[in-house]
Amino acid sequence: MPTVDLSVTSLRELNQALHEQSDPGNDRHWIVKNPKGQHALAAGVDAELDIDIEGHVGYYCAGMNKQAKITVHGNAGVGVAENMMSGVVHVKGDASQSAGATGRGGLLIIDGNASARCGISMKGIDIVVKGDIGHMSAFMGQAGRLVVFGDAGEALGDSLYEARIYVRGAVTSLGADCVEKPMEDKHREELAALIDAAGATGEVDIGEFRRYGSARSLYNFKVDNVSAY
Amino acid sequence: MTTAKIPTTVPRQSATFDDYTLSEIRRAAATGLYDIRGAGSKRKLPNFDDLLFLGASISRYPLEGYREKCGTDVVLGTRFAKKPIELKTPVTIAGMSFGSLSAQAKEALGRGASAMGTSTTTGDGGMTPEERGHSDKLVYQLLPSRYGMNPDDLRMADAIEVVVGQGAKPGGGGMLLGQKISERVAEMRTLPQGIDQRSACRHPDWTGPDDLEVKILELREITDWEKPIYVKIGATRPYYDTSLAVKSGADVVVLDGMQGGTAATQEVFIEHVGIPLLAAIRPAVQALQDLGMHRKVQLIVSGGIRNGADVAKALALGADAVAIGTAALVALGDNDPQWAEEYAALGSEAGAYDDWHEGRDPAGITTQDPELAKRLDPVAAGRRLRNYLAVLTLEAQTIARACGKSHLHNLEPEDLVATTIESAAMARVPLAGTGWIPGQGGF
Ligand SMILES: Cc1cc2nc3c(=O)[nH]c(=O)nc-3n(C[C@H](O)[C@H](O)[C@H](O)COP(=O)(O)O)c2cc1C
Repeated sequence: MPTVDLSVTSLRELNQALHEQSDPGNDRHWIVKNPKGQHALAAGVDAELDIDIEGHVGYYCAGMNKQAKITVHGNAGVGVAENMMSGVVHVKGDASQSAGATGRGGLLIIDGNASARCGISMKGIDIVVKGDIGHMSAFMGQAGRLVVFGDAGEALGDSLYEARIYVRGAVTSLGADCVEKPMEDKHREELAALIDAAGATGEVDIGEFRRYGSARSLYNFKVDNVSAY
Repeated sequence: MTTAKIPTTVPRQSATFDDYTLSEIRRAAATGLYDIRGAGSKRKLPNFDDLLFLGASISRYPLEGYREKCGTDVVLGTRFAKKPIELKTPVTIAGMSFGSLSAQAKEALGRGASAMGTSTTTGDGGMTPEERGHSDKLVYQLLPSRYGMNPDDLRMADAIEVVVGQGAKPGGGGMLLGQKISERVAEMRTLPQGIDQRSACRHPDWTGPDDLEVKILELREITDWEKPIYVKIGATRPYYDTSLAVKSGADVVVLDGMQGGTAATQEVFIEHVGIPLLAAIRPAVQALQDLGMHRKVQLIVSGGIRNGADVAKALALGADAVAIGTAALVALGDNDPQWAEEYAALGSEAGAYDDWHEGRDPAGITTQDPELAKRLDPVAAGRRLRNYLAVLTLEAQTIARACGKSHLHNLEPEDLVATTIESAAMARVPLAGTGWIPGQGGF
């Protein structure tokens, strides 16, 4: 089990080593010590690795991740798992702004809270936040699902395309073209599966969630929508 | 009995409310929406035509046209990238999205550019296999929308261009109207088919130069520090933006003036935001010089480049290379008089057709309609682009040799004068026949 101590090894050496693991062999499980808020940790990994980062990370940890399961045993800075393609990124603490931004696949789990713009421009990623999320989350969300156990800040789902949002707590306000939609059985099933994937089955009552999505009224330019552009 | 005729004045059109203005008021009143169009600024702006070269004579001697070498090569990305890009000519093809352009047009751009040893650039819609396959050197754009962005394409690219802004619309996001969101375009962008797509104007995961520095670090880490990283800005405050791009770790700065083309933008944005390229180059070069980075961080400029004289003038003012968009499309066949009747049927005319957002381009370039797109033969169009790029290069060399330069990069501001006070002030070269550079030297 390779252990990389970032007080000795450089960020560059770590990422280079991780990028060379396309044939993981025996070294599937990596441990990274002393991350001390460094940026771009484990960015661009494309291998079935299990990477445990023992501490807080800076910006863009696990950026563009493919396949790997990356666990941050601490808090994450801006843009954790940005543009993730596949795999799982699990933040045990809180996450800063733009968590999972533009993500195209995979699952991002945040045990704590996520700040503003969580899931901004999401394109297929699934995000499960066990705490609250900040303002402008899922802005222009195109595809994928965002599940929030706590509350959501202002302008949730502004200019939303086809991303689907489930929030258990209060929503301060909905953004332009984002509306509440009825929860049907298929939505409850979808939600249950996401909560299960996040390893949180039984932690929350699915009946308490509400569903939000696009009203699709801004999909084409119309004079009557001018105030929303 | 004769009646005295009272003389009347002839009907007089207003210079303020000219025909175009009146038609726009009527259009606005009928629709309630701003006018959206393609191409760049159409009004008269100070440009390179206002500059002239001082050829060599007694005080400087020229180079022989066919015998003495005049180099045209340029290397981009020497600051940090392990694999800088080497181009044979300093004329590159600017980023134009698949979506705004047909797959055939993208292929033709790749063919033409590759034949001349230069690069082409993706756009707001991701990388297509056609384009990668036909471009020897391909720059991959990272835009606010991040449509189609993925690490595999990032690694397949020869350079990465972080797009902060575009000359046609500094501070604005992309637009692609429903007619052009075909099934393939929709799938590449993860959008529903047929919607009017507005892409974001700000990047989703960074704001400001400190964040940008970290973003660039991330891109370098993902690609193992191999690729040159460009930062593209629309010309507004070029001194500060260039300084901040350099501070953020850019290898190359791409500076796009307000004449720069676009696939679809509000007319008011195209014509009223940003500054002409002529006014933007010197402040950008000044920023590089002040930081000791001129020629270390390369500068590519674009926005209304048409001929080899424009190329030579841009380089003389301190740019390392230029990029072309509109001119490349015209070389492929855009706005060609052979389609005159069809342009007329669309309420336009050859040379003026700019409704590129509607996807009905008779030349088959700015469209996703398979029948129209078929009209463009990528091989023949690529050949035309290659020829055109060759002419730009030869023309620039002709001027450089006349100025006694053995490389295009040896052209300098001292080789230039201006024919108007405005252009003298903007380009910081003397008004022809005088030693006067307005704005310099204390008054
Ligand atoms: C059809 C078309 C599509 C464009 N798409 C993009 C784009 O996706 N991204 C971008 O940064 N610039 C885009 N541009 C701007 C060009 O990259 C470039 O800045 C501009 O065309 C240069 O000016 P010129 O057209 O006068 O040569 C586009 C321009 C055109 C004409």
